[in-house]
Amino acid sequence: MMSDITKQSLSELVKNIKEKKLSSKEITKAFIDRSQKSKELNVYISEDYSSALEKAKKFDEKPNLDLKLPGIPIAVKDLFCTKNVRTTAGSKILNNFVPTYESTVTQNIWNEGAILLGKLNCDEFAMGSSNETSFFGNVQNPIDKNLVPGGSSGGSASAVAGQLTPITIGTDTGGSIRQPASFTGIVGLKPTYGSCSRYGIVAFASSLDQAGPMAQNVKDCALLQEIISTYDSKDSTSIDFKRNEYSKELTKNIKGKKIGIPKEYRVDGMPKEIEELWQKGIQYAKDCGAEIIDITLPHTSYALPTYYIVAPAEASSNLARYDGVKYGFRAKGENLIDMYEKTRSEGFGAEVQRRIMIGTYVLSSGYYDAYYLKAQRVRKLIKNDFDEVFKKVDAILTPSTPSSAFKIGEKKDDPVSMYLNDIFTVPVNLAGLPGISIPAGHDLKGYPLGLQIIGKAFDEQNILNIAYAMEEKIGFKNKINDWWIK
Amino acid sequence: MSIDLKTIKHISKLSRISVDDQKAEKLAVDLNSIFKFIEKLNELNTDKVKPLTSVAETTLKLRSDEVKSKDIRNEIIKNSPQDNEDYFVVPKVIE
Repeated sequence: MMSDITKQSLSELVKNIKEKKLSSKEITKAFIDRSQKSKELNVYISEDYSSALEKAKKFDEKPNLDLKLPGIPIAVKDLFCTKNVRTTAGSKILNNFVPTYESTVTQNIWNEGAILLGKLNCDEFAMGSSNETSFFGNVQNPIDKNLVPGGSSGGSASAVAGQLTPITIGTDTGGSIRQPASFTGIVGLKPTYGSCSRYGIVAFASSLDQAGPMAQNVKDCALLQEIISTYDSKDSTSIDFKRNEYSKELTKNIKGKKIGIPKEYRVDGMPKEIEELWQKGIQYAKDCGAEIIDITLPHTSYALPTYYIVAPAEASSNLARYDGVKYGFRAKGENLIDMYEKTRSEGFGAEVQRRIMIGTYVLSSGYYDAYYLKAQRVRKLIKNDFDEVFKKVDAILTPSTPSSAFKIGEKKDDPVSMYLNDIFTVPVNLAGLPGISIPAGHDLKGYPLGLQIIGKAFDEQNILNIAYAMEEKIGFKNKINDWWIK
Repeated sequence: MSIDLKTIKHISKLSRISVDDQKAEKLAVDLNSIFKFIEKLNELNTDKVKPLTSVAETTLKLRSDEVKSKDIRNEIIKNSPQDNEDYFVVPKVIE
Protein backbone atom coordinates (compact mmCIF):
# COMPACT_ATOMS: atom_id res chain seq x y z
CA MET A 1 0.00 0.00 0.00
CA MET A 2 1.36 3.37 -1.08
CA SER A 3 -0.17 5.20 1.90
CA ASP A 4 1.66 2.92 4.31
CA ILE A 5 5.07 3.82 2.90
CA THR A 6 4.96 7.38 4.22
CA LYS A 7 4.02 6.13 7.70
CA GLN A 8 7.27 4.19 7.97
CA SER A 9 10.18 5.48 9.98
CA LEU A 10 13.53 6.06 8.28
CA SER A 11 14.94 2.84 9.75
CA GLU A 12 12.03 0.83 8.33
CA LEU A 13 12.39 2.42 4.90
CA VAL A 14 16.13 1.73 4.82
CA LYS A 15 15.52 -1.87 5.86
CA ASN A 16 12.87 -2.32 3.17
CA ILE A 17 15.19 -0.92 0.51
CA LYS A 18 18.07 -3.10 1.64
CA GLU A 19 15.85 -6.19 1.60
CA LYS A 20 14.55 -5.12 -1.83
CA LYS A 21 10.97 -5.04 -0.58
CA LEU A 22 10.64 -1.44 -1.76
CA SER A 23 12.40 0.50 -4.50
CA SER A 24 13.63 4.05 -4.19
CA LYS A 25 11.14 5.01 -6.88
CA GLU A 26 8.18 3.55 -4.96
CA ILE A 27 9.21 5.40 -1.82
CA THR A 28 9.92 8.66 -3.61
CA LYS A 29 6.62 8.47 -5.48
CA ALA A 30 4.71 7.80 -2.24
CA PHE A 31 6.15 10.89 -0.55
CA ILE A 32 5.53 13.02 -3.66
CA ASP A 33 1.91 11.81 -3.92
CA ARG A 34 1.25 12.63 -0.29
CA SER A 35 3.01 15.99 -0.61
CA GLN A 36 0.83 16.88 -3.58
CA LYS A 37 -2.28 16.19 -1.51
CA SER A 38 -0.88 18.30 1.31
CA LYS A 39 -0.59 21.72 -0.32
CA GLU A 40 -2.73 23.23 2.44
CA LEU A 41 0.10 22.69 4.93
CA ASN A 42 2.26 25.00 2.75
CA VAL A 43 5.47 23.24 3.79
CA TYR A 44 7.24 23.49 0.45
CA ILE A 45 8.79 26.64 -0.96
CA SER A 46 10.32 24.79 -3.92
CA GLU A 47 9.44 21.31 -5.11
CA ASP A 48 11.98 19.22 -6.98
CA TYR A 49 9.78 16.20 -7.70
CA SER A 50 10.61 15.34 -11.31
CA SER A 51 14.30 15.49 -10.63
CA ALA A 52 13.76 13.37 -7.49
CA LEU A 53 11.95 10.67 -9.48
CA GLU A 54 14.72 10.74 -12.06
CA LYS A 55 17.35 10.23 -9.33
CA ALA A 56 15.30 7.45 -7.71
CA LYS A 57 15.06 5.63 -11.04
CA LYS A 58 18.81 5.95 -11.47
CA PHE A 59 19.40 4.65 -7.96
CA ASP A 60 17.22 1.60 -8.58
CA GLU A 61 19.09 0.75 -11.76
CA LYS A 62 22.34 0.44 -9.83
CA PRO A 63 21.50 0.45 -6.12
CA ASN A 64 24.36 0.91 -3.68
CA LEU A 65 22.93 -0.71 -0.57
CA ASP A 66 26.01 -0.02 1.55
CA LEU A 67 24.98 3.60 1.91
CA LYS A 68 23.23 4.83 5.05
CA LEU A 69 20.39 6.59 3.20
CA PRO A 70 20.05 4.37 0.10
CA GLY A 71 17.65 6.09 -2.30
CA ILE A 72 15.77 7.80 0.54
CA PRO A 73 13.92 10.98 -0.52
CA ILE A 74 14.41 13.91 1.84
CA ALA A 75 13.17 17.51 1.84
CA VAL A 76 15.35 20.08 3.65
CA LYS A 77 14.88 23.52 5.16
CA ASP A 78 15.23 26.28 2.57
CA LEU A 79 18.13 27.77 4.48
CA PHE A 80 20.59 25.22 3.05
CA CYS A 81 22.15 26.18 -0.26
CA THR A 82 21.48 23.48 -2.81
CA LYS A 83 23.42 23.63 -6.06
CA ASN A 84 21.22 24.64 -9.00
CA VAL A 85 18.07 24.52 -6.84
CA ARG A 86 16.55 27.84 -5.76
CA THR A 87 17.32 28.75 -2.13
CA THR A 88 15.27 31.56 -0.60
CA ALA A 89 15.71 31.50 3.20
CA GLY A 90 11.98 32.32 3.23
CA SER A 91 12.74 35.83 1.96
CA LYS A 92 11.63 37.96 -0.96
CA ILE A 93 15.18 39.27 -1.21
CA LEU A 94 16.43 35.78 -2.21
CA ASN A 95 13.28 34.89 -4.15
CA ASN A 96 15.22 34.14 -7.35
CA PHE A 97 18.58 33.03 -5.93
CA VAL A 98 20.05 29.84 -7.37
CA PRO A 99 23.22 28.75 -5.52
CA THR A 100 26.26 27.66 -7.48
CA TYR A 101 27.41 25.48 -4.60
CA GLU A 102 26.08 22.96 -2.09
CA SER A 103 26.05 23.24 1.70
CA THR A 104 28.29 20.70 3.45
CA VAL A 105 25.50 19.13 5.52
CA THR A 106 23.25 18.57 2.51
CA GLN A 107 26.22 17.24 0.51
CA ASN A 108 26.80 14.76 3.36
CA ILE A 109 23.28 13.36 3.04
CA TRP A 110 23.45 13.11 -0.78
CA ASN A 111 26.78 11.29 -0.39
CA GLU A 112 24.92 8.66 1.64
CA GLY A 113 22.40 8.11 -1.15
CA ALA A 114 19.60 10.50 -0.18
CA ILE A 115 17.53 12.27 -2.84
CA LEU A 116 16.30 15.89 -2.63
CA LEU A 117 12.49 16.19 -2.65
CA GLY A 118 12.36 19.94 -2.26
CA LYS A 119 13.01 22.93 -0.04
CA LEU A 120 10.95 23.52 3.07
CA ASN A 121 9.32 26.68 4.33
CA CYS A 122 10.83 28.55 7.29
CA ASP A 123 10.69 31.92 8.98
CA GLU A 124 12.46 34.60 6.94
CA PHE A 125 16.22 34.18 7.52
CA ALA A 126 15.23 31.79 10.37
CA MET A 127 14.00 34.77 12.42
CA GLY A 128 10.79 33.68 14.07
CA SER A 129 9.16 31.13 16.33
CA SER A 130 5.96 30.43 14.41
CA ASN A 131 6.84 30.32 10.70
CA GLU A 132 4.69 33.42 10.25
CA THR A 133 7.50 35.67 9.03
CA SER A 134 8.09 33.68 5.81
CA PHE A 135 7.59 35.59 2.55
CA PHE A 136 5.97 32.37 1.29
CA GLY A 137 3.21 32.36 3.89
CA ASN A 138 2.24 30.51 7.06
CA VAL A 139 2.84 26.83 7.53
CA GLN A 140 0.01 24.77 9.01
CA ASN A 141 0.68 22.33 11.83
CA PRO A 142 -0.51 18.79 10.94
CA ILE A 143 -1.76 18.50 14.54
CA ASP A 144 -4.64 20.95 14.02
CA LYS A 145 -5.91 23.54 11.56
CA ASN A 146 -4.72 27.15 12.04
CA LEU A 147 -2.12 26.07 14.57
CA VAL A 148 1.46 27.29 14.11
CA PRO A 149 4.10 24.57 13.68
CA GLY A 150 6.63 26.66 15.58
CA GLY A 151 9.71 28.11 13.97
CA SER A 152 11.90 28.84 12.42
CA SER A 153 12.13 25.26 11.06
CA GLY A 154 8.32 25.13 10.86
CA GLY A 155 8.08 23.66 7.37
CA SER A 156 10.61 21.00 8.35
CA ALA A 157 8.70 20.05 11.50
CA SER A 158 5.33 19.93 9.71
CA ALA A 159 6.83 17.90 6.87
CA VAL A 160 8.13 15.22 9.25
CA ALA A 161 5.03 15.16 11.47
CA GLY A 162 2.76 15.18 8.40
CA GLN A 163 4.78 12.32 6.81
CA LEU A 164 5.84 14.31 3.75
CA THR A 165 9.50 13.45 4.31
CA PRO A 166 10.87 10.61 6.46
CA ILE A 167 13.44 12.87 8.15
CA THR A 168 14.81 16.34 7.59
CA ILE A 169 17.46 18.80 8.62
CA GLY A 170 16.72 22.15 10.18
CA THR A 171 18.80 24.89 11.77
CA ASP A 172 18.68 26.15 15.34
CA THR A 173 19.94 29.57 16.45
CA GLY A 174 17.78 30.00 19.57
CA GLY A 175 15.43 27.01 19.46
CA SER A 176 14.47 26.75 15.79
CA ILE A 177 14.76 22.94 15.72
CA ARG A 178 13.63 22.05 19.25
CA GLN A 179 10.62 24.37 19.58
CA PRO A 180 8.93 23.28 16.30
CA ALA A 181 9.81 19.65 17.08
CA SER A 182 7.99 20.08 20.39
CA PHE A 183 4.99 21.79 18.73
CA THR A 184 4.53 19.00 16.18
CA GLY A 185 5.32 15.92 18.27
CA ILE A 186 8.64 14.94 16.70
CA VAL A 187 12.30 14.62 17.77
CA GLY A 188 14.77 17.43 17.06
CA LEU A 189 18.44 17.75 17.97
CA LYS A 190 20.50 20.94 18.17
CA PRO A 191 24.10 19.70 18.10
CA THR A 192 27.11 21.20 19.87
CA TYR A 193 28.32 24.40 18.20
CA GLY A 194 31.02 23.32 15.74
CA SER A 195 29.62 19.81 15.25
CA CYS A 196 27.90 20.42 11.91
CA SER A 197 29.46 22.64 9.27
CA ARG A 198 27.83 26.02 8.66
CA TYR A 199 29.25 26.16 5.12
CA GLY A 200 26.49 26.93 2.64
CA ILE A 201 23.83 27.69 5.24
CA VAL A 202 22.31 31.14 4.87
CA ALA A 203 23.78 32.91 7.91
CA PHE A 204 21.64 34.39 10.69
CA ALA A 205 23.79 34.67 13.85
CA SER A 206 27.10 32.98 13.18
CA SER A 207 28.15 32.34 16.79
CA LEU A 208 24.85 30.54 17.48
CA ASP A 209 23.71 28.86 14.23
CA GLN A 210 23.81 25.06 14.05
CA ALA A 211 22.22 22.58 11.65
CA GLY A 212 20.62 19.50 13.13
CA PRO A 213 18.40 16.49 12.47
CA MET A 214 14.60 16.25 12.88
CA ALA A 215 12.93 12.84 12.83
CA GLN A 216 9.99 10.75 14.00
CA ASN A 217 12.07 8.94 16.60
CA VAL A 218 15.40 9.09 18.43
CA LYS A 219 17.07 6.30 16.45
CA ASP A 220 16.46 8.03 13.11
CA CYS A 221 17.65 11.27 14.64
CA ALA A 222 20.89 9.60 15.79
CA LEU A 223 21.52 8.17 12.33
CA LEU A 224 21.02 11.51 10.64
CA GLN A 225 23.27 13.27 13.16
CA GLU A 226 26.00 10.72 12.45
CA ILE A 227 25.78 11.59 8.75
CA ILE A 228 25.63 15.38 8.90
CA SER A 229 28.23 15.92 11.63
CA THR A 230 31.66 16.10 9.96
CA TYR A 231 34.71 18.27 10.34
CA ASP A 232 34.84 20.81 7.51
CA SER A 233 37.74 23.09 6.68
CA LYS A 234 35.32 25.38 4.83
CA ASP A 235 33.80 26.48 8.17
CA SER A 236 36.40 28.19 10.37
CA THR A 237 34.44 27.27 13.52
CA SER A 238 33.98 23.61 12.60
CA ILE A 239 35.58 21.56 15.35
CA ASP A 240 37.79 18.54 14.72
CA PHE A 241 36.77 16.05 17.42
CA LYS A 242 36.15 12.32 17.42
CA ARG A 243 32.57 11.83 16.33
CA ASN A 244 30.65 8.76 17.42
CA GLU A 245 28.62 6.48 15.21
CA TYR A 246 25.63 7.73 17.13
CA SER A 247 23.07 5.24 15.82
CA LYS A 248 25.32 2.21 16.31
CA GLU A 249 26.37 3.21 19.81
CA LEU A 250 22.83 4.07 20.86
CA THR A 251 21.83 2.35 24.11
CA LYS A 252 18.87 2.47 26.46
CA ASN A 253 21.09 1.71 29.40
CA ILE A 254 21.35 5.00 31.27
CA LYS A 255 21.56 3.50 34.73
CA GLY A 256 23.35 5.73 37.19
CA LYS A 257 23.38 8.77 34.87
CA LYS A 258 23.03 11.96 36.85
CA ILE A 259 20.31 14.24 35.50
CA GLY A 260 19.99 17.80 36.77
CA ILE A 261 16.70 19.66 37.26
CA PRO A 262 17.27 23.44 37.16
CA LYS A 263 14.92 25.31 39.46
CA GLU A 264 15.13 28.51 37.39
CA TYR A 265 13.23 26.82 34.56
CA ARG A 266 10.09 26.90 36.70
CA VAL A 267 9.01 30.27 35.27
CA ASP A 268 6.12 32.50 36.30
CA GLY A 269 2.90 31.84 34.46
CA MET A 270 4.01 28.47 33.13
CA PRO A 271 0.89 26.34 32.51
CA LYS A 272 0.22 23.57 35.01
CA GLU A 273 0.38 20.95 32.26
CA ILE A 274 4.00 21.86 31.50
CA GLU A 275 4.95 21.46 35.15
CA GLU A 276 3.13 18.11 35.23
CA LEU A 277 4.88 16.99 32.06
CA TRP A 278 8.22 17.88 33.60
CA GLN A 279 7.40 15.89 36.76
CA LYS A 280 6.40 12.93 34.61
CA GLY A 281 9.66 13.26 32.72
CA ILE A 282 11.59 13.19 35.98
CA GLN A 283 9.75 10.00 36.94
CA TYR A 284 10.49 8.39 33.55
CA ALA A 285 14.17 9.23 33.96
CA LYS A 286 14.15 7.65 37.42
CA ASP A 287 12.38 4.57 36.03
CA CYS A 288 15.25 4.26 33.55
CA GLY A 289 17.69 4.15 36.44
CA ALA A 290 18.90 7.75 36.30
CA GLU A 291 19.70 9.70 39.43
CA ILE A 292 17.88 13.06 39.75
CA ILE A 293 19.77 16.02 41.19
CA ASP A 294 18.42 19.51 41.87
CA ILE A 295 20.65 22.12 40.30
CA THR A 296 20.76 25.87 39.83
CA LEU A 297 21.50 27.90 36.70
CA PRO A 298 21.27 31.35 38.30
CA HIS A 299 21.57 33.48 35.14
CA THR A 300 18.77 31.75 33.21
CA SER A 301 16.47 34.79 33.19
CA TYR A 302 19.19 36.86 31.51
CA ALA A 303 19.51 34.48 28.55
CA LEU A 304 16.73 35.93 26.39
CA PRO A 305 17.78 39.58 26.80
CA THR A 306 21.37 38.51 26.00
CA TYR A 307 20.20 36.61 22.94
CA TYR A 308 18.20 39.60 21.68
CA ILE A 309 21.39 41.64 21.59
CA VAL A 310 23.87 39.05 20.33
CA ALA A 311 21.68 37.49 17.61
CA PRO A 312 20.43 40.75 16.02
CA ALA A 313 23.95 42.22 16.18
CA GLU A 314 25.38 39.31 14.24
CA ALA A 315 22.36 39.28 11.92
CA SER A 316 22.69 42.97 11.07
CA SER A 317 26.22 42.37 9.96
CA ASN A 318 25.52 39.07 8.14
CA LEU A 319 22.57 40.58 6.28
CA ALA A 320 24.55 43.60 5.10
CA ARG A 321 25.41 41.53 2.02
CA TYR A 322 21.85 41.81 0.66
CA ASP A 323 22.24 45.00 -1.34
CA GLY A 324 20.56 44.12 -4.62
CA VAL A 325 23.81 44.12 -6.59
CA LYS A 326 25.19 40.61 -7.05
CA TYR A 327 22.12 38.45 -6.50
CA GLY A 328 18.56 38.56 -5.25
CA PHE A 329 15.85 41.16 -5.46
CA ARG A 330 16.61 44.75 -6.51
CA ALA A 331 14.26 47.73 -6.23
CA LYS A 332 14.57 50.74 -8.53
CA GLY A 333 16.31 53.73 -7.00
CA GLU A 334 17.27 57.24 -8.02
CA ASN A 335 20.90 56.58 -7.16
CA LEU A 336 23.01 53.84 -5.60
CA ILE A 337 22.15 54.61 -1.95
CA ASP A 338 18.48 55.02 -2.77
CA MET A 339 18.58 51.66 -4.58
CA TYR A 340 20.16 49.97 -1.51
CA GLU A 341 17.64 51.47 0.89
CA LYS A 342 14.59 50.63 -1.22
CA THR A 343 15.88 47.13 -2.02
CA ARG A 344 16.28 46.33 1.67
CA SER A 345 13.04 48.03 2.66
CA GLU A 346 11.00 46.13 0.05
CA GLY A 347 13.04 42.92 0.12
CA PHE A 348 13.08 42.21 3.87
CA GLY A 349 9.97 41.54 5.94
CA ALA A 350 9.03 43.41 9.12
CA GLU A 351 10.67 41.05 11.65
CA VAL A 352 13.96 40.94 9.74
CA GLN A 353 14.01 44.73 9.47
CA ARG A 354 13.29 45.00 13.19
CA ARG A 355 16.23 42.75 14.03
CA ILE A 356 18.61 44.49 11.64
CA MET A 357 17.66 47.78 13.29
CA ILE A 358 18.19 46.39 16.82
CA GLY A 359 21.52 44.92 15.77
CA THR A 360 22.67 48.10 14.06
CA TYR A 361 21.72 50.12 17.12
CA VAL A 362 23.51 47.93 19.68
CA LEU A 363 26.64 47.94 17.52
CA SER A 364 26.55 51.67 16.81
CA SER A 365 28.95 54.19 18.21
CA GLY A 366 28.18 55.06 21.82
CA TYR A 367 26.05 51.96 22.44
CA TYR A 368 28.47 49.13 21.67
CA ASP A 369 29.83 48.87 25.23
CA ALA A 370 26.48 49.34 26.95
CA TYR A 371 24.70 46.69 24.91
CA TYR A 372 26.85 44.41 22.80
CA LEU A 373 29.84 44.09 25.11
CA LYS A 374 27.53 43.83 28.09
CA ALA A 375 25.63 40.97 26.44
CA GLN A 376 28.87 39.14 25.66
CA ARG A 377 29.85 39.39 29.32
CA VAL A 378 26.49 38.04 30.47
CA ARG A 379 26.84 35.29 27.88
CA LYS A 380 30.02 34.27 29.67
CA LEU A 381 28.13 34.09 33.00
CA ILE A 382 25.46 31.90 31.39
CA LYS A 383 28.12 29.56 30.03
CA ASN A 384 29.85 29.49 33.44
CA ASP A 385 26.55 28.35 35.02
CA PHE A 386 26.47 25.33 32.73
CA ASP A 387 30.20 24.58 33.19
CA GLU A 388 29.69 24.56 36.94
CA VAL A 389 26.62 22.32 36.81
CA PHE A 390 28.23 19.84 34.43
CA LYS A 391 30.86 19.09 37.07
CA LYS A 392 28.04 17.41 38.99
CA VAL A 393 25.61 16.05 36.39
CA ASP A 394 25.72 14.26 33.02
CA ALA A 395 22.68 15.98 31.54
CA ILE A 396 19.88 18.44 32.31
CA LEU A 397 16.16 17.81 31.87
CA THR A 398 13.74 20.70 31.17
CA PRO A 399 10.52 21.33 29.26
CA SER A 400 11.25 22.28 25.62
CA THR A 401 8.81 25.18 25.53
CA PRO A 402 6.72 27.13 28.05
CA SER A 403 3.47 26.22 26.22
CA SER A 404 2.06 24.01 23.47
CA ALA A 405 1.55 25.30 19.91
CA PHE A 406 -0.55 28.47 19.64
CA LYS A 407 -2.94 29.70 16.97
CA ILE A 408 -1.77 31.44 13.82
CA GLY A 409 -1.88 35.20 14.42
CA GLU A 410 -2.07 34.91 18.20
CA LYS A 411 1.35 36.40 18.97
CA LYS A 412 2.22 37.98 15.67
CA ASP A 413 1.90 41.61 16.77
CA ASP A 414 3.75 41.31 20.05
CA PRO A 415 7.44 40.58 19.41
CA VAL A 416 8.38 40.19 23.08
CA SER A 417 5.66 37.61 23.79
CA MET A 418 6.82 35.74 20.66
CA TYR A 419 10.44 35.84 21.87
CA LEU A 420 9.42 34.27 25.22
CA ASN A 421 8.74 31.02 23.38
CA ASP A 422 12.45 30.33 23.29
CA ILE A 423 13.06 30.83 27.00
CA PHE A 424 14.17 27.20 27.59
CA THR A 425 16.07 26.73 24.35
CA VAL A 426 18.07 29.95 23.99
CA PRO A 427 20.50 29.35 26.92
CA VAL A 428 21.68 26.16 25.18
CA ASN A 429 22.69 28.09 22.04
CA LEU A 430 24.41 30.82 24.05
CA ALA A 431 26.53 28.15 25.78
CA GLY A 432 27.10 26.19 22.54
CA LEU A 433 25.74 22.95 24.01
CA PRO A 434 23.78 20.09 22.44
CA GLY A 435 20.07 19.84 23.26
CA ILE A 436 17.40 17.43 22.09
CA SER A 437 13.62 17.79 22.24
CA ILE A 438 11.55 14.61 22.45
CA PRO A 439 7.75 14.39 22.41
CA ALA A 440 6.59 13.47 25.90
CA GLY A 441 2.85 14.00 26.20
CA HIS A 442 -0.19 16.03 25.23
CA ASP A 443 -1.94 18.99 26.81
CA LEU A 444 -5.70 19.14 27.43
CA LYS A 445 -6.30 20.24 23.84
CA GLY A 446 -4.45 17.16 22.60
CA TYR A 447 -1.47 19.18 21.36
CA PRO A 448 2.00 17.66 21.79
CA LEU A 449 4.46 18.78 24.45
CA GLY A 450 8.20 18.19 24.45
CA LEU A 451 10.95 17.63 26.98
CA GLN A 452 14.46 18.89 26.40
CA ILE A 453 17.64 17.09 27.41
CA ILE A 454 20.75 19.26 27.47
CA GLY A 455 24.25 17.74 27.40
CA LYS A 456 27.88 18.68 27.78
CA ALA A 457 29.62 19.97 24.68
CA PHE A 458 30.35 17.09 22.23
CA ASP A 459 28.28 14.69 24.36
CA GLU A 460 25.51 14.11 21.79
CA GLN A 461 25.75 10.36 22.35
CA ASN A 462 24.82 10.71 25.99
CA ILE A 463 21.72 12.86 25.41
CA LEU A 464 20.65 10.64 22.52
CA ASN A 465 20.93 7.63 24.85
CA ILE A 466 18.85 9.31 27.55
CA ALA A 467 16.29 10.36 24.94
CA TYR A 468 16.24 6.80 23.55
CA ALA A 469 15.64 5.28 26.98
CA MET A 470 12.98 7.82 27.92
CA GLU A 471 11.24 7.54 24.54
CA GLU A 472 10.49 3.88 25.27
CA LYS A 473 9.07 4.66 28.72
CA ILE A 474 6.99 7.58 27.41
CA GLY A 475 5.47 5.59 24.53
CA PHE A 476 4.32 8.79 22.76
CA LYS A 477 1.90 8.46 19.83
CA ASN A 478 1.45 11.50 17.60
CA LYS A 479 -2.20 12.27 16.83
CA ILE A 480 -2.25 12.95 13.10
CA ASN A 481 -5.69 12.64 11.51
CA ASP A 482 -4.81 13.99 8.04
CA TRP A 483 -7.31 16.85 8.45
CA TRP A 484 -5.77 18.71 5.52
CA ILE A 485 -6.23 15.88 3.02
CA LYS A 486 -9.59 16.10 1.28
CA MET B 1 15.80 55.20 28.03
CA SER B 2 13.54 55.55 25.06
CA ILE B 3 14.20 55.49 21.37
CA ASP B 4 12.66 58.48 19.58
CA LEU B 5 11.79 58.96 15.93
CA LYS B 6 15.00 60.81 15.26
CA THR B 7 16.99 57.82 16.50
CA ILE B 8 14.88 55.44 14.40
CA LYS B 9 15.64 57.53 11.31
CA HIS B 10 19.34 57.50 12.20
CA ILE B 11 19.42 53.70 12.64
CA SER B 12 17.50 53.23 9.41
CA LYS B 13 20.18 55.26 7.59
CA LEU B 14 22.93 53.13 9.14
CA SER B 15 20.98 49.98 8.24
CA ARG B 16 20.36 51.17 4.67
CA ILE B 17 16.65 50.49 5.06
CA SER B 18 14.30 53.26 3.96
CA VAL B 19 11.68 54.01 6.58
CA ASP B 20 8.71 56.35 6.14
CA ASP B 21 7.08 58.16 9.07
CA GLN B 22 4.35 55.60 9.61
CA LYS B 23 6.84 52.72 9.67
CA ALA B 24 9.16 54.70 11.95
CA GLU B 25 6.40 55.13 14.52
CA LYS B 26 5.60 51.42 14.54
CA LEU B 27 9.32 50.60 14.82
CA ALA B 28 9.72 53.01 17.74
CA VAL B 29 6.96 51.21 19.66
CA ASP B 30 8.43 47.76 18.94
CA LEU B 31 12.03 48.71 19.64
CA ASN B 32 11.12 50.43 22.89
CA SER B 33 9.33 47.35 24.16
CA ILE B 34 12.25 45.14 23.11
CA PHE B 35 14.83 47.43 24.73
CA LYS B 36 12.80 47.59 27.91
CA PHE B 37 13.09 43.82 28.00
CA ILE B 38 16.82 43.93 27.21
CA GLU B 39 17.59 46.48 29.96
CA LYS B 40 17.23 43.65 32.47
CA LEU B 41 20.93 43.00 31.89
CA ASN B 42 21.74 46.18 33.81
CA GLU B 43 20.81 44.36 37.03
CA LEU B 44 24.09 42.48 36.73
CA ASN B 45 27.51 43.82 37.57
CA THR B 46 29.80 42.42 34.90
CA ASP B 47 32.86 44.66 35.38
CA LYS B 48 35.13 41.71 36.07
CA VAL B 49 33.68 39.33 33.48
CA LYS B 50 35.52 38.69 30.24
CA PRO B 51 33.25 38.93 27.18
CA LEU B 52 32.52 35.64 25.40
CA THR B 53 32.86 36.04 21.65
CA SER B 54 32.79 32.40 20.61
CA VAL B 55 31.97 29.15 22.35
CA ALA B 56 34.14 27.22 19.91
CA GLU B 57 37.42 26.90 21.75
CA THR B 58 39.50 26.56 18.66
CA THR B 59 42.21 28.54 16.96
CA LEU B 60 41.78 29.45 13.35
CA LYS B 61 43.60 27.07 11.04
CA LEU B 62 45.76 28.29 8.20
CA ARG B 63 45.49 26.84 4.72
CA SER B 64 47.26 27.48 1.46
CA ASP B 65 45.66 30.09 -0.74
CA GLU B 66 44.57 28.05 -3.73
CA VAL B 67 41.89 28.67 -6.32
CA LYS B 68 39.38 25.85 -6.00
CA SER B 69 36.45 27.04 -8.10
CA LYS B 70 37.38 27.96 -11.65
CA ASP B 71 35.40 29.38 -14.55
CA ILE B 72 32.28 30.10 -12.57
CA ARG B 73 31.87 33.72 -13.67
CA ASN B 74 28.88 33.06 -15.87
CA GLU B 75 27.10 31.06 -13.18
CA ILE B 76 27.70 33.81 -10.64
CA ILE B 77 26.67 36.62 -12.99
CA LYS B 78 23.47 34.74 -13.82
CA ASN B 79 22.16 35.47 -10.31
CA SER B 80 22.58 39.24 -10.58
CA PRO B 81 19.51 41.46 -11.02
CA GLN B 82 21.31 43.50 -13.68
CA ASP B 83 24.47 42.80 -15.62
CA ASN B 84 26.07 43.24 -19.02
CA GLU B 85 27.40 39.65 -19.16
CA ASP B 86 30.81 40.61 -17.79
CA TYR B 87 29.99 42.96 -14.92
CA PHE B 88 27.40 43.67 -12.26
CA VAL B 89 25.58 46.85 -13.16
CA VAL B 90 24.55 49.45 -10.57
CA PRO B 91 22.97 52.92 -10.84
CA LYS B 92 25.41 55.58 -11.99
CA VAL B 93 27.79 56.56 -9.18
CA ILE B 94 30.06 59.15 -10.85
CA GLU B 95 28.51 62.19 -12.51
